[in-house]
Amino acid sequence: MRSFTYLSAPDVETAVRAIATEPNAKFLGGGTNLVDLMREDIERPDVVVDITRLPLTGITELPGGGLRIGALVSNSGLAAHPLVRTRYPVLAQAILNGASAQLRNMATVGGNLLQRTRCLYFYDGAAACNKREPGSGCAAIGGFARNAGILGVSDHCIATHPSDMCVALAALDATVEVESTRGIRRIPLIEFHRLPGSTPQVETALAADELITAVELPALPVAAHSRYRKVRDRASYAFALVSVAAAMETEDGVVTAVRLALGGVSAKPWRAHEAERILLGAPATEESFRRAAAAELAPAVGQPDNAFKIDLAQRTIVATLHRLLTDGSAA
Amino acid sequence: MRVNGVDEVLDLPPQVSLLDALRERLGLSGTKKGCDQGACGACTVLADGKRINSCLALAVQYTGREITTIEGVDDPLQDAFVRNDGFQCGYCTSGQICSAIGMLAEHKDGVPSAVTEHLATSGGALSAAEIRERMSGNLCRCGAYNGIVDAIQEVVR
Repeated sequence: MRSFTYLSAPDVETAVRAIATEPNAKFLGGGTNLVDLMREDIERPDVVVDITRLPLTGITELPGGGLRIGALVSNSGLAAHPLVRTRYPVLAQAILNGASAQLRNMATVGGNLLQRTRCLYFYDGAAACNKREPGSGCAAIGGFARNAGILGVSDHCIATHPSDMCVALAALDATVEVESTRGIRRIPLIEFHRLPGSTPQVETALAADELITAVELPALPVAAHSRYRKVRDRASYAFALVSVAAAMETEDGVVTAVRLALGGVSAKPWRAHEAERILLGAPATEESFRRAAAAELAPAVGQPDNAFKIDLAQRTIVATLHRLLTDGSAA
Repeated sequence: MRVNGVDEVLDLPPQVSLLDALRERLGLSGTKKGCDQGACGACTVLADGKRINSCLALAVQYTGREITTIEGVDDPLQDAFVRNDGFQCGYCTSGQICSAIGMLAEHKDGVPSAVTEHLATSGGALSAAEIRERMSGNLCRCGAYNGIVDAIQEVVR
């Protein structure tokens, strides 16, 4: 690993001032992604600002019934929280389906949002990758693309965002709070991650000098009836081929509220707005679920290696909604 | 930092991992380097009682923390692994045992897993399926998984 200057920030003000004055600095949280990428010589910061001592480790209830989650809450701490397990079970399940217990103990909420892709060519310094080296091309297109995306992909990049947690956050209308020396602003989670377009190296709406300080969840009654389903190549400890975060309420056989998001299919956690539009007010039947899933996946583009995801995503949506209908909730 | 109950003062460049600090600077070679990228679990140690992958931890981040490695463990799990053939080559074993200690503490605290049926009520028995899911961050290339699950179940009983 290349050498770097290490700073430990005692408070948010010091942290954002350090990143504002150092042109090539990175914040270090749990380290589960950044340390690996530095060892692989993909991330090369001159300065590393350790933020693990910042007071951003709380989970507090908001006045309206929502939840404010500090950016340094561990993934395991968030999944185990009683209010998350009862009010937002899809979030607890999504986190518990990601990584391993050791990694979840280390990894932070803010860091989870900023995970970089697990595309093999991004990690392979000898391969073309527009994300790692803009303008070099994309070896995944026509290459080994089993884990690559099918929605919102471009001719420049087909990489996926690897997070499970973010898929649940996308379904739950979460907001990301960020802070810099210029002040505080709030970004809807579904606008936080960017589609690749012609600039796949720009992955999020976060400016270089901004620190994620919290994630907020609104009060969302439908979320109590929610579930996360992850399909992967082995039963545990693998990235998603396809995943579905779903919340649904029905009354007299009609869908009265629904939230749906997909993972493993795009550079961002994919909020399924089109499917939600079709489902809301429709009969809660397998036929409606199929129609909604087909409409959401209609614009999907597959590679020879991953075109199976187009069908798999639809079947996983239908199966997850069906399970919610018969079980009521994950809890 | 405090390692296995002993205060250690280390002067290290910041890029040194906790794993390398333990093995190369403190001579505690019981903690193993497998993949060095957080995928295998051979480097699992306990930090303030919580299991972590020491290969993805920079030692400097753990200043002032309490680290426990296999050299500091004296636990019935160790005999249970021997009795139940919980290993063949033994390379993953120190990580497996540190991980199992952390796992049992998590379960005792009511931490759920991906296979926990009732998230809201949590707890429940530590079934073989629960153990397999909760230990999935520790790979065993010899495939001694059945013995590992048996060893942990024996200690739970």
